[in-house]
Amino acid sequence: MTAHEPPPPMAPIGLLVELTHRCPLGCPYCSNPLALERPAAELDTETWKRVFGEAAALGALHVHLSGGEPTARRDIVELTGSASRSGLYTNLITSGIGVNEKLTGQLADAGLDHAQLSFQGADKETNDRLGHYPGSWERKRAFAGYVTKVGLPLTINAVIHRANLHQVAAFIELAVELGARRLEVAHTQYYGWALANRAALMPPRKQVEESIALVEAARARLKGELVIDMVVPDYYARYPKPCAGGWGRIAINISPTGKALPCHAAETIPGLEFWNVREHSLSDIWRSNPAFRAFRGTEWMREPCRSCERREIDWGGCRCQALALTGDARNADPACMKSPDHERIVATALAESESGDGALRWRSYRQKVEA
Amino acid sequence: MNSTLEIHAGSRPRLPRGVRLKRDEARGRWTLLAPERIFEVDATAATVLELCDGERELSVIVAELAGRYNAPAAVIEKDVVAMLADLKAKRVLET
Repeated sequence: MTAHEPPPPMAPIGLLVELTHRCPLGCPYCSNPLALERPAAELDTETWKRVFGEAAALGALHVHLSGGEPTARRDIVELTGSASRSGLYTNLITSGIGVNEKLTGQLADAGLDHAQLSFQGADKETNDRLGHYPGSWERKRAFAGYVTKVGLPLTINAVIHRANLHQVAAFIELAVELGARRLEVAHTQYYGWALANRAALMPPRKQVEESIALVEAARARLKGELVIDMVVPDYYARYPKPCAGGWGRIAINISPTGKALPCHAAETIPGLEFWNVREHSLSDIWRSNPAFRAFRGTEWMREPCRSCERREIDWGGCRCQALALTGDARNADPACMKSPDHERIVATALAESESGDGALRWRSYRQKVEA
Repeated sequence: MNSTLEIHAGSRPRLPRGVRLKRDEARGRWTLLAPERIFEVDATAATVLELCDGERELSVIVAELAGRYNAPAAVIEKDVVAMLADLKAKRVLET
């Protein structure tokens, strides 16, 4: 037995909606595509509400209201209420900028279940520089206070890389100080903007290992007080991460203009046609859109994935990374040590981590960067 | 051992805001939905969690379950405390 037929499509568990690509911050590792979608083409309120209902009916349990900055949508309270009434566990992923105490209360009253707040650094100087927004430190701290005051669970999300990796301990202290229930320490994943900035962001291997040890020690110390999740940097890993939990297996991502994507970077893969929720129901997209079926299951795999005992654990890793680093989306993710390209990309990462290049290109509509 | 994780007869366990017990019809199971987490719970655990309303003390919950399942309270208490302590350590239950 070398491969399986694509399994019958199960229901997606999570729906990640990028309500808008507008954002006050300019993080150089933003997970949005380099070609940001324009506000004028964003989906309207009613279409989003229909999508939430369809997602719940299909079997989705969590909805993540993300962006860009999701609260830049004037209808964010109405959308939150609609998602919540559909029965979805509703999570807001926000920079905290522009969300005052009144709006936080309205979101909580609308049924928001959880707020996830990003910090770009664990002190004012680092945070405001890396988010490319002076004064964001104070606003983020204020938002954290509104969230805990209203009784909602708070997650602090820290994306880490060479410029702030020394602050992991400080991020943990910050999360405890702000009363967070959960902290996400996420090593940068190198797609889109982060790939364009990789030379300035890639951390040295030794520092990465220290950060992992530090998190593990804090987890034990803060058990029952703070849940800490860590996303490890896959260039230095032995096996790849199952991107999006496996292509078309548990997650759907919707772009601001309504394109349904198996992951947020899927549009970088040529030859895939992504259906839009304006024209298709979510159920139709999940079952029938060829783009969702393209890398579902294990049938599409080549060696070394095809005969690998981990093929239904890693699902071949990330298709977008395979494309970006090997030139073909059907290859094994080169983060995997079994990939023939693995040694080359690790060598590149190590060289970049010691290059001393610190120049960052900030995310914006105006400065489209070619990776 | 973190003393805040201990659960006593007089504890009043509850699911905090942001944690919801939900029937997952698509997959035919009970789940506990939490920030970035989905815990699958069996039907017995779901029954226990439905009683964790922040009003009932643990001793009351145990007595109710002992009656419902016609089992010795001591056995029920041991199982319930172990389950609730585990959920408390995962930050999805408060007392």
